[in-house]
Amino acid sequence: MTRNRILFGIGVLAFVSVIVTVRLGGFLVDNEYRQPDRQVAAQEELGEAELVPRQQGIADEQAADEAEARARPYEEAEYRTVPFVGSRVTVWVLAQLHLLFAAFVLAVPLFAFIIEFVGYVKKEERYNKLAYEFTKLLSVSFSMTATFGAFLTFALIILYPKFTNYLMHIFSPTFLPYVLLFFLEALFLYSYYYGWGKFGPKMHLFLGFMLNIVGTAIMFIANAWLTFMMSPGKRDDIDGDGVPDFVSAVSESGALLSLRDAFFNFTWMPINIHRIIANVAFGGSIAAAYAAFRYLQAKSDEERAHFDWMGYVGNFVAIIAFLPLPFAGYYLAAEIYAFSQTLGIQMMGGTFSWLFVLQAALIGNLFLGANYYLWLGMGRMEGGVHFQKFIKWLLIAIALCFAVWATPRYAISSVSEIAAMGGSSHPQLSYLGQMSAKNTAVNILILSTYMSFLLYRRTGRQSIHPHRQLLTRAQAIVFSSAAALVIFYGVYGYFVDSATRIRFAIPQVYSVLAALVVITVIDLPLYRNAAQSGETKWGRIPAVSQYALIFIALSFTWLMGLMGYVRSGLRQEWHVYGVILDTSPDAYTPSLGFATQVVSVTVLIFFGLIGVVFWLSSLSGKKDYAPGAAAEDGGRLEGGQTA
Amino acid sequence: MLGLNLPVVIVLAAVGGVLAWRRANTLTWLLYTWVALWAFFKYGFAVPIPRSVATIYLGITGLALVCFASSSRERLSETVQPIARLILEPRYRLALAGLLVALPALAAYNVYADLNVPLEAPGFGREVHPPPPTEMTVHDETVDMATAENPYLHYNHDDPELYGEHLENGRRVYYENCFWCHGDGMGGDGMFAHGLNPVPSNFNDVGTLPILQSSFVHWRIAKGAPGLPGAGTPWDSMMPAWEKFLTTEEMWDVNLFIYDFNGYEPRALGQH
Repeated sequence: MTRNRILFGIGVLAFVSVIVTVRLGGFLVDNEYRQPDRQVAAQEELGEAELVPRQQGIADEQAADEAEARARPYEEAEYRTVPFVGSRVTVWVLAQLHLLFAAFVLAVPLFAFIIEFVGYVKKEERYNKLAYEFTKLLSVSFSMTATFGAFLTFALIILYPKFTNYLMHIFSPTFLPYVLLFFLEALFLYSYYYGWGKFGPKMHLFLGFMLNIVGTAIMFIANAWLTFMMSPGKRDDIDGDGVPDFVSAVSESGALLSLRDAFFNFTWMPINIHRIIANVAFGGSIAAAYAAFRYLQAKSDEERAHFDWMGYVGNFVAIIAFLPLPFAGYYLAAEIYAFSQTLGIQMMGGTFSWLFVLQAALIGNLFLGANYYLWLGMGRMEGGVHFQKFIKWLLIAIALCFAVWATPRYAISSVSEIAAMGGSSHPQLSYLGQMSAKNTAVNILILSTYMSFLLYRRTGRQSIHPHRQLLTRAQAIVFSSAAALVIFYGVYGYFVDSATRIRFAIPQVYSVLAALVVITVIDLPLYRNAAQSGETKWGRIPAVSQYALIFIALSFTWLMGLMGYVRSGLRQEWHVYGVILDTSPDAYTPSLGFATQVVSVTVLIFFGLIGVVFWLSSLSGKKDYAPGAAAEDGGRLEGGQTA
Repeated sequence: MLGLNLPVVIVLAAVGGVLAWRRANTLTWLLYTWVALWAFFKYGFAVPIPRSVATIYLGITGLALVCFASSSRERLSETVQPIARLILEPRYRLALAGLLVALPALAAYNVYADLNVPLEAPGFGREVHPPPPTEMTVHDETVDMATAENPYLHYNHDDPELYGEHLENGRRVYYENCFWCHGDGMGGDGMFAHGLNPVPSNFNDVGTLPILQSSFVHWRIAKGAPGLPGAGTPWDSMMPAWEKFLTTEEMWDVNLFIYDFNGYEPRALGQH
């Protein structure tokens, strides 16, 4: 049915395309310049050899243009433009689409490999199947990544030829290894995918491992190119006075001094770390969205159970990777600030700071969505009512932290509001707009989400560990201590100078990470072989949960687009910060509204394309084509043959 | 107390107490929470909070309440059943008719209230720390904003006597030129401050001087309001471009003095 509908859609599309082409041709022919009748008559009188003055003028102009074109020396174009959209938006959208697919292609093998490995160790076939289901998404996505990569490269060469040439001047030695790695990536990816069940488990795991190594290496090389544009050099204490000095990788005119410094530049490693974690979170969420898509399409309980489980695992991967992501982002932002106060202030105190309010809203939505999905998931198990009473308190904590994180330090206000407040900041709420409050909020959000996960894990299970009371109390003490420590540092941060306050983020982060690790270490033996009050009924979850998964994937994608713009837009009028100026007509910072529109449209295009990926991937599970069955099933669309 | 409008807070808390005492159902609690928070954000603060922030908070509240109501089959049923009864049971027809009138009336009033606001000039947010340029020229000398440091700061360790002389010169410059707006104690409360909106920078603030490199402060002193960047305008700043009145040494000296006076160190290059 679906297939026939799609074929019908393609037919309609082809028909419309033909009509549009014919109409367009007709329009162009109709609008061609035509001589007035009297001119034709006059020309007929004069004969073929003589031209009317207008024709003569046109012929002269053409001759002059041709002569000028022949005399003109060859010049390298600095920029070229794209009508209506502009060069910058073209490159922006293509780069973002390439990155989104690339992130997905790099992330899926990472957790597919881990799931396969778990299946190998546990000797459970279902993990193997799940890993294969995830890997199915890779083949088409890899082609999409390569297509948009090529598209982006051509766009850069065509639209920014001089700047692209400059990057080649700096990084040409890295291009060949990149291509070689890309070739190896294709080799490992396709052998991993097509070799499923064809190789022994160890060999297959090796292929998956190599796929991840090569993919990560590719990303590290590409990261060097883009981070060089932001921080073309490194900081090093050359004179030994304890104060870092800036060591530029290029001369003042832009000539390369050290490829090593250009490659291993100041923001390279922070971006590498941030991207690996973010890719896994993003990839997990997209894979979960795929499972949700298949769940909603499922026709049998068995299918629903399978895709419910797949969605759960995908979301689990996304959230586990998401928890340390704010810390990685904080590290990256701190390094950018340390590299250049101009970039740092631009990012957190200047125009771009407003985008962080949007970021807070999206991250808050992510936390809320992730917790909501876990709470709904409690319905899969018997005996879930016991923990329902905690949901209210978790929700209050999450909503409060969300509100704190989304509070701007300087609110958008009317004149009368500013007059009433005595400035742009509210006397009470401005405290919530500061770093101390934000750091506290994000740490409590992480702890709350982890608590939701613990409750989910305990639903319908009863520990049979001999020291279960003691261990549960120990967990509660660790959890409360971490929360108390986070709040203590959050409040204390208001009474110290900013340099000290910024450093308080470190004990806050460590206390939360330590709590997560300690509680997990206690929880594993505590609930090993736990008594179950009922069976986990995969597939028994409200359909709204699947929309929550899609919502989470959408929020992740939006977030990546938005923060990618912030990182790239920070350079403002520079192609390479402080070295190569952007002198194109697009060398201005677009308004925040316009930027968010471009990001939103890109996200929509991505979801349109990933929908194609989902559909193509789902074809592999369909029944094989059989002429008789097709006639029965799709008779209405192929009515000409069957009627 | 705490900047809150206490009577409003007490009334809202009392209504909550009554609902708890009467063991109100889930739907009533959801409605109460939303309305109470709306009232709290609108009337609960002595200084009203900006509408933009209240909208963010109410959006989050709405989302959280929807999540709560639908987070389990039982809770969803508890929320939806009273509504279903209201619609389906004949004994509630009068209430249903009232609701059918009240809801559009409420929406209409909301539109009326939104439009019926006094006309006023748009407000402009203020960025406290404008992004500096990558370099600037002061008295024909190019200053690299990323690497420039106060040239006299190292005297603090190397030559305390000379350091004191520069500090003294900075003090003189400050109390001849800056204290009119920035105040005796550098709290941004000088005798002219009340005539300025927004008020001058408060150098006592832990979030101002310590997070800035001395090159940033030098830029602000030298270039003042006319040198503020295009992004984020209008700045509404009255700060003069002091390079037109002071020597480079005087500007670095006053830079040194304002840090020393407040007991702060400039943010070092490469410091996180």
